[in-house]
Amino acid sequence: MLTVEGLRSRYGRIEVLHGIDLDVASGEIVTVVGANGAGKTTLLKCLSGIQPVSAGSILFRGEALTTVSAHRRVQRGLAQSPEGRQIFTNLTVEENLRLGAYLFADEKVDRDMQDAFVMFPILKEKRNLAAGGLSGGQQQMLAIARALMARPSCLLLDEPSMGLAPILVAQIFDVVKSMKALGVTVLLVEQNAFGALSVADRGYVMETGRITMSGPAAELIADERIRAAYLGI
Amino acid sequence: MPELLQFLLSGITVGAVYALVALGFTIIYNASDVVNFAQGEFVMLGGMITFFAHAAGLPLPLAALIAIIVTAGIGVALNKLAIEPARGAPVVSLIIITIGASIFIRGATQLVFDKQLHRFPAFSGDQPILIGGATILPQSLWVIAGALAVFVCLWLFFTRTLIGRAVLATANNRIAAQLVGINTNYVMTLSFAMSAAIGALAGVLVTPMTLTGYDVGLALALKGFAAAMLGGMGNPKGALVGGLLLGVLEAMTAGYISSQYKDAAAFVVILAVLFAMPQGLFGRKSTDRV
Ligand SMILES: Nc1ncnc2c1ncn2[C@@H]1O[C@H](COP(=O)(O)OP(=O)(O)OP(=O)(O)O)[C@@H](O)[C@H]1O
Ligand SMILES: [Mg+2]
Repeated sequence: MLTVEGLRSRYGRIEVLHGIDLDVASGEIVTVVGANGAGKTTLLKCLSGIQPVSAGSILFRGEALTTVSAHRRVQRGLAQSPEGRQIFTNLTVEENLRLGAYLFADEKVDRDMQDAFVMFPILKEKRNLAAGGLSGGQQQMLAIARALMARPSCLLLDEPSMGLAPILVAQIFDVVKSMKALGVTVLLVEQNAFGALSVADRGYVMETGRITMSGPAAELIADERIRAAYLGI
Repeated sequence: MPELLQFLLSGITVGAVYALVALGFTIIYNASDVVNFAQGEFVMLGGMITFFAHAAGLPLPLAALIAIIVTAGIGVALNKLAIEPARGAPVVSLIIITIGASIFIRGATQLVFDKQLHRFPAFSGDQPILIGGATILPQSLWVIAGALAVFVCLWLFFTRTLIGRAVLATANNRIAAQLVGINTNYVMTLSFAMSAAIGALAGVLVTPMTLTGYDVGLALALKGFAAAMLGGMGNPKGALVGGLLLGVLEAMTAGYISSQYKDAAAFVVILAVLFAMPQGLFGRKSTDRV
């Protein structure tokens, strides 16, 4: 579904991705774990087209994406819930969700919104409030729900568990797991390696702009080095 | 009493002009946080192009339509040639670009057309209408109706249409807007086209009363800007109320004190309001703009 080869990217003169190779098969949940500043967010920004790529290729459902502008990538089925809950703070919760389905104007929009409210009942309660007034956890839910409104075939999630209370973290990872049943492929970026590897099929470990390890999630979770570096065990 | 009514009517007329200019500011401001100081030039172009097209033999409605379309095109060109290439620059730089653009448009108009003042006939004649001892020109009613119509359209645009919300979303968070599939370049282009068209429409409506010339834009932009600040920048309701309030304030000061003081009085009231409510009467609170 998604194949990345030799991807490089830079901020000004400083290169932060030094050739990333990665692939995600249809229906999989794949995670990229790594420490602070490894370049995980930059990778997802490149995939969504909001960060320039200096070398390498991105193939999505058989088509090259590198020269496709950001809004067109959403049309092709690639949606992202960005890091730091980049929601529309001035607009209401419902308007945020409606804009998630910006590309659509059919009856399914309403059904998708009802589905989002079933998935996150708190959003239904607060549907008419300005999104900027939501708590951190609620904003995170809104960001995920908004990305799902775009009917993605592949969902990019950037640190959905960051800064959340443990009970909410568990809920968010349950939602990620439920994407399988919906037929949505997931690329999940996390610092919370244990949580991410528990729900993923496969995982990649990223260190300062390079992939240093990859394999089935169960194997990575059992790996001595990973346990020491990322799981604190 | 007829005196008060007369001042009120002329105030509302002038206020409707300010409101139309202020309404033109709202869309570009909402899409990009940029206060477009070339907005007054759009008003001027609306009047000038209509005059010259009409003088060339076209019927007035057609001349006005052409003026609005051409001005919208100039708005798009302003965005494509001056604003879009400077994307990522601080808002202040963009505002300075719009000031530069307004000087350029004024100069170009002088060259393409001329330096004379012009007017074309009022739409429904010049016979004043009597209302309770006071009078109002039919063209004033056109201006007031125009301001109300533009207000209603803008209000519906921002609250009832998806593209209107996309404009708000683009201003609020451009990256997030792209991530939901909004073509933010298109949103910007559309905003400039709409703002320019509203400005040109204002020019078409007011020229029979106020005359037009290459240099009328600046004063209009300043008054429209003051009205928009008073009402709350970016809010159509604020633009309408701010414009009318400013117009009535000026008319009352001119009528009861002296026309020498009308600008000063308006200025003092605006300062007082902004001191108490920095966001204007209907402005967005800065707290919910992260
Ligand atoms: N806008 C930017 N300008 C300059 N450098 C940046 C920018 N954003 C990130 N960087 C740098 O790029 C590197 C990778 O950052 P990135 O945000 O992709 O890491 P990350 O793995 O997502 O980290 P985190 O886990 O903290 O979210 C870091 O060294 C960071 O300092
Ligand atoms: Mg990150």
